[in-house]
Amino acid sequence: MSGVAATARRPRVPDAALPWLSVAVVLALFELLPRIGVINDRYFPPVSDTLTTLADEVQTSPYWQAIGDTLEGWALGLAIAAGLAIPLGIVIGSFPLLYRASRVLIEFLRPIPSVALIPLAILIYGTGLQSKVFLAAFASFWQLFVQVLYGVQDVDPVATDTARSFGYSRVQRLWRVTLPSAVPYIATGLRIASAVSLILCITAELIIGSAGLGRSINLARSGGDVELMYALILTTGLLGLALNSIFVWAEKRVLHWHPSQRGER
Amino acid sequence: MLQVDHLAKTYGEGKSAVEAIGDLSFEVGEGEFLCVVGPSGCGKTTLLKCMAGLLPPSGGEVRLHDQPVDGPPETMALVFQEYSRSLFPWMSVRQNVAFPLKRKRLPKAELGTRVERAVDSVDLTGFLDRYPWELSGGMQQRVAIARALAYQPEILLMDEPFASVDAQTRADLEDLILEVRREYGVTVVFVTHDIDESVYLSDRIVVLTPSPTRVQEVLEVGLPSPRDQVQTKEQPEFARLRAHVYRSIKRRRGAAEPELDATRGDTTAAAPS
Amino acid sequence: MSARTKRVLGVVLELSVPILVLVAWGVWSAGSTTYYYPPLTDILETFRDTWVFERVGSDVVPSLLRMGAGYAIAVLAGVAVGLLLGLSRRSRRAAAPIIEFLRAIPPPALLPFAILVIGVGTSMKVFIIAFVCVWPILLNTLDGVGGVDPTLRDTTRVYGISKRDRVLRVMLPAAGPQIFAGMRTSLSLALILMVISEMVASTNGIGYFVLQSQRSFDIPEMWSGILLIGIIGYFLNAVFLLVERRVLRWHRGSRASALG
Repeated sequence: MSGVAATARRPRVPDAALPWLSVAVVLALFELLPRIGVINDRYFPPVSDTLTTLADEVQTSPYWQAIGDTLEGWALGLAIAAGLAIPLGIVIGSFPLLYRASRVLIEFLRPIPSVALIPLAILIYGTGLQSKVFLAAFASFWQLFVQVLYGVQDVDPVATDTARSFGYSRVQRLWRVTLPSAVPYIATGLRIASAVSLILCITAELIIGSAGLGRSINLARSGGDVELMYALILTTGLLGLALNSIFVWAEKRVLHWHPSQRGER
Repeated sequence: MLQVDHLAKTYGEGKSAVEAIGDLSFEVGEGEFLCVVGPSGCGKTTLLKCMAGLLPPSGGEVRLHDQPVDGPPETMALVFQEYSRSLFPWMSVRQNVAFPLKRKRLPKAELGTRVERAVDSVDLTGFLDRYPWELSGGMQQRVAIARALAYQPEILLMDEPFASVDAQTRADLEDLILEVRREYGVTVVFVTHDIDESVYLSDRIVVLTPSPTRVQEVLEVGLPSPRDQVQTKEQPEFARLRAHVYRSIKRRRGAAEPELDATRGDTTAAAPS
Repeated sequence: MSARTKRVLGVVLELSVPILVLVAWGVWSAGSTTYYYPPLTDILETFRDTWVFERVGSDVVPSLLRMGAGYAIAVLAGVAVGLLLGLSRRSRRAAAPIIEFLRAIPPPALLPFAILVIGVGTSMKVFIIAFVCVWPILLNTLDGVGGVDPTLRDTTRVYGISKRDRVLRVMLPAAGPQIFAGMRTSLSLALILMVISEMVASTNGIGYFVLQSQRSFDIPEMWSGILLIGIIGYFLNAVFLLVERRVLRWHRGSRASALG
């Protein structure tokens, strides 16, 4: 017979400690293996070296300048995308005929990876902030636009019918029924758009050479400062996590009333 | 054959502990059709899961052929109430029924015959290559039964299997399970909240109390076989039994029970309730 | 307006608007003297000359091969690791922080790392594509496995289904819809990373071609390359949807009957 008898087991590591344990193991590996020479320490410097480099960098102003440059592009790109995607998404989503008219266009333009436009951006905007913002805005626009579109279209028809039977005008229905129910989609869309904007900014910095973390990482690599390169890569990871957490937190606050936040499915 | 011995099951710990089963003891004889009835929420499903080895008991034990059950026994099959969630949607009827048989390492020909015979017993022969979502609720439950039958278990546990189908289908399925039980000679433990169904189907009935669950009483059902939806239910014995079960369920736990001679059918002895 | 009129109008719009847009673009750009926006006719001509089929062998094929290899690795690794991790709640918890961290690193930031460690050849590109594309698939597989209906799980336990069958014939199909969702995300990521990696460090490929054209001021060529990337993206997506439809036919059927 199969099954687990309720007999005494070997003492187990408690569940809560597992994540910490695995992280500790990985860190230990990447500290020791380069030092003993199993891994080439020119490619994988010991973790402690990277961390000390990071600690040093944090005290210099070019470090924060680079972060600031990246964030500047991120913010502008996201703002432009939101400023265009939310109104357009609402309008097109609310009028089925408009949607049908634009559907083919959307389906064709959407899959174009914004990175394909990098050369175009260089051509028109040069290698500065404008290129970066153009690419970031283009990419995040589509992510957000699609989400807003779905959100507006996914409104429960029973709700809108109820509103209509109470004599609400079209605009009132939009404001009081459609938008509130589309808000979770918009929130998700903003979170995704933010991540995409960050990625495109760093991409632009890397390939075009605009000021920011991406460029700094590339310079560190080509200059042979491997610890710095890793320290900066780590920074971008942390930056991404931080931005994501802000959006998740904001979502929770704003949408506390919504079933998806209350833990229902 | 199967013994439930002072079974107890508590969920959770401390303040939020829920005692689903208090103290259950009863036996299941080989070849019999045993129904377990009780009020809603009395832990019937928990009982079945403990019997099937899916849940470890908090106290007491379940024994099959005098061996304690600590995991799903090989000779036991289980039919769930939610048929649509117990069939594998990506498999056809044939594949669903054949799937548990891989364990038995049968030669291909015999596997095929078993599957076809089982599906034939539940009258779904034309649907072997359909998918569960193409079938109605009643048909899906029949597939689940066919799957259990093809497995050829010694003992079949059924957890309110007909609760989610309409009344007509339920009547058909009740007759089906009786016929199939005759044909395959399998022992059945059938959990239900439907009193009529329990009397109609069983050889013996175990009545449970509300939570924390204990055995309220065990009845013999002396109705003649084979059962018939119309004739059996017209018999006065049927009415008496169902009234008895009904009162038994409704009776507060611990209240004195009248002495009953089940075969004589005499309840006129004054009974407090 | 009546429902029927609306429907007819909808179809008319859907068909005519794209054509109108193309025509408008053609007309507007025909008289264009701007350097950056050559006439549409020029772009189309260049497209025909370059990609049908002059540079297919030298650029399109290597690009697609790299992308295919990276994507295939990502799918195999993502599904396999996802299934294995999905078997044990504890291993999921242990692996969680590592996965979350690796996944949070913006892909472009990994390029210098990859160039450093692997170099500038094909393997670097395949690595980057695989490394970035694996996460959506892995996470979706984990989600899919975790969401298997408890009744289905009980059924496999009752009937003593073997471990191998449990993984391959229950967990894998059950997670199928989720896995495909992850694969779809990864597909667009693969295209993006292919282009980026070729722009940064390559001597052939579509991404390389587009950037090179810009640098040499071959503007119509640049546009033709952009157009090609868009077309490839569109077709990959369409093919993917077709495959998904076929493989997940059972899922649509069961969802439809559950709702209806």
